[in-house]
Amino acid sequence: MSKTLVPAGTLYRGREGQWSWVAHRITGVVIFFFLLVHVLDTSLVRVSPEAYDAVIASYKNPIMGLGELGLVAAIVFHAFNGLRVIAVDFWKQGPRYHRQMLWGVVGLWAVTMIAFSIRHLSHVFGG
Amino acid sequence: MAVPIIESPRSGRVAPEYSRTSSSRGNFEMIAWLFMRLSGAILVVLIFVHLWTSMVAGDGINGVDFGFVAGKWASPIWQIWDLTMLWLAMLHGTNGVRVIINDYAEKNSTRMGLKAVLYASTVVIVILGTLVIFTFDPCPVIDGVAHVAEYCPTS
Repeated sequence: MSKTLVPAGTLYRGREGQWSWVAHRITGVVIFFFLLVHVLDTSLVRVSPEAYDAVIASYKNPIMGLGELGLVAAIVFHAFNGLRVIAVDFWKQGPRYHRQMLWGVVGLWAVTMIAFSIRHLSHVFGG
Repeated sequence: MAVPIIESPRSGRVAPEYSRTSSSRGNFEMIAWLFMRLSGAILVVLIFVHLWTSMVAGDGINGVDFGFVAGKWASPIWQIWDLTMLWLAMLHGTNGVRVIINDYAEKNSTRMGLKAVLYASTVVIVILGTLVIFTFDPCPVIDGVAHVAEYCPTS
């Protein structure tokens, strides 16, 4: 096995801490851009009922349905991991258990997404 | 063997050039940090209920149309709910993107340009959303033609 050269000092420490931070940033940006679009599409209720219904109808197809699933997945992760960040910052034992809490976040996220997927996909694909 | 004494980083006087709180910025960054945590905790509740009412309850996404919005905003509770969600989410998201721009845009002009676009978008979206919530008309008259739904009063 060849040894790889590791830089002497880096702020990036890898593992749960860094990767949850990366995921929090990516999901945050995704949610923010959706929010801009979401306010714009909702604003069509001030144009006419038909304009609003037409745009919402274009959301009601399988591809957008899967996109909504991805959006909710991003929101649920960002929400649960955000509560973990609050616990790390304000709970005395938070920094010590931040890894365990991340696996708790991932577990809760998986359970929530399984339940939501069953409900949402049955709406999207018939039923 | 003498143990070297290493002073705590925060002990003693901090030279002015190393001070983290410059006089011009005040404690804005600390307030922003605190706001992210407070608004985040509130947004978890606001958005989870929002997702439940629009995507899980009833017919889920299939039940969302103009009438659904009209039904919700007939109640001042949902108006305040959505208004709070709009403001908190936009400020939370804007601050998050501001931090990301500060982290990755190294050139001064790039950073300022990106933040100018960000703040302009935020102002437009927040004002637009607020106006839409408060000027919403469930039975609008468009070009002299009344939109009449079953919940509209018959004249």
